[in-house]
Amino acid sequence: MTTKVKLLGFWCSPFAFRVVWALKLKGVEFEYIEEDIFNKSTELLELNPVHKKVPVLVHDKRVIVESFVILEYIDETWPQDPLLPQDPYEKAMARFWAKFGDEKVTVKLLESAYKAMWSKGEEKQKAMKEAVESLEKIEEVLRGKNFMGGNSIGYLDLAIGWIGYWIPVWEEAGGSMRILDSQKFPAIAEWSTKFQKHPVIKENLPPRDRTLAYCHKRAEEIYANFCASEN
Amino acid sequence: MAQVQLFGLWGSPFSCRVEIALKLKGVEYEYIEEDLSNKSPLLLQYNPIHKKVPVLVHKRKPIAESLVILEYIDETWNERNPILPHDPYERATARFWAKFIDEKCIFALWKACWSEEKEREEAAREASEHLQTLEDVLKDKRFFGGDMIGLVDIVANFIGFWLGIIEEATGVKLLTEEKYPKLYKWSEEFVNCSAIKENLPPRDKLLAYMRARYGVSITY
Repeated sequence: MTTKVKLLGFWCSPFAFRVVWALKLKGVEFEYIEEDIFNKSTELLELNPVHKKVPVLVHDKRVIVESFVILEYIDETWPQDPLLPQDPYEKAMARFWAKFGDEKVTVKLLESAYKAMWSKGEEKQKAMKEAVESLEKIEEVLRGKNFMGGNSIGYLDLAIGWIGYWIPVWEEAGGSMRILDSQKFPAIAEWSTKFQKHPVIKENLPPRDRTLAYCHKRAEEIYANFCASEN
Repeated sequence: MAQVQLFGLWGSPFSCRVEIALKLKGVEYEYIEEDLSNKSPLLLQYNPIHKKVPVLVHKRKPIAESLVILEYIDETWNERNPILPHDPYERATARFWAKFIDEKCIFALWKACWSEEKEREEAAREASEHLQTLEDVLKDKRFFGGDMIGLVDIVANFIGFWLGIIEEATGVKLLTEEKYPKLYKWSEEFVNCSAIKENLPPRDKLLAYMRARYGVSITY
């Protein structure tokens, strides 16, 4: 019996890529469907009526949303090359750090770094400072570890893998602002390099030029909207 | 030292969740009441990141975050009363709704009860939307977990018990039988369920606390 796996994503969404990486690492065949998040399809709104977001995984008729919920589903359905540790305590630690990483750091980092990209002046400085604070927390967690799941990519690596690739793009789109300084964050820098060298990850990143151009455009649009709403 | 310790707070729904789970599984544990205005050195050592309760300590290893703790309990003491279903898809569904309640519902409900007049309408609208979503999820099941309580029921303890008390203290009406008959019925089943009943904080004490808090909030 062949099962059908479908992933709805957005070509440069870090959250969608978490799922792409997980599926590829496990060698699961899937159909990728590009969603225009600025003009959401009826299908997306039907599959994810609560959050109306990507990524959405459809496995036969089963619909799963929220990237971490999807990662756990993938890990339990295709047990080869496990993402989460087997030991319940280690698993709890991975979940804790993923949750902490996501809520307190990743989301905060994403918001502040993205804001730093499009804003100017004092707002930009403030956002950059917040982003750096979040990075300091991640640096502490990563220090002295190869990959968090041992020597192969695991749950936590997938959670924060986007940082080393997306932040530098945003830095450039934001007018050469520096947040992820490799001198200041050697553990993140070293881990990001290893992560992006991994054969599966290397093949599955959004094209840099296209992402940069998109971010430039988004930065201008968001800033224009921001100015318009302030007046 | 006991093999299992729980650092908790008598009136905290998050702390209560863990007690429900431990009792469901028949796990013996030592309960340590924390004073949030004067946190113990042990708590700060066990949860240096958030410095919050609940924290479960098993064989000297601490775990924080109630959802993470619930899954740990289910995996470690897995002989009886499963909290999560067996099937991966049903597990994913349970996790999704638990997250939804935790990240969206509780905050919206809390806000709708405590916010100022001008913000209340918007907050109440959002809270109502979420309650309707849960009403639709519950369908005709006795519990979110089916015939037995599961992860989502435990995580919804705020809605099952705390909400009614806060409504009484503030006069705000959100979870009414007319609007949400299934969810309302669920809340009654929930508090009467033997595994839950014995592990809820005393109603009077919680009501008094909420009334005092409300009294403080309306003077500003």
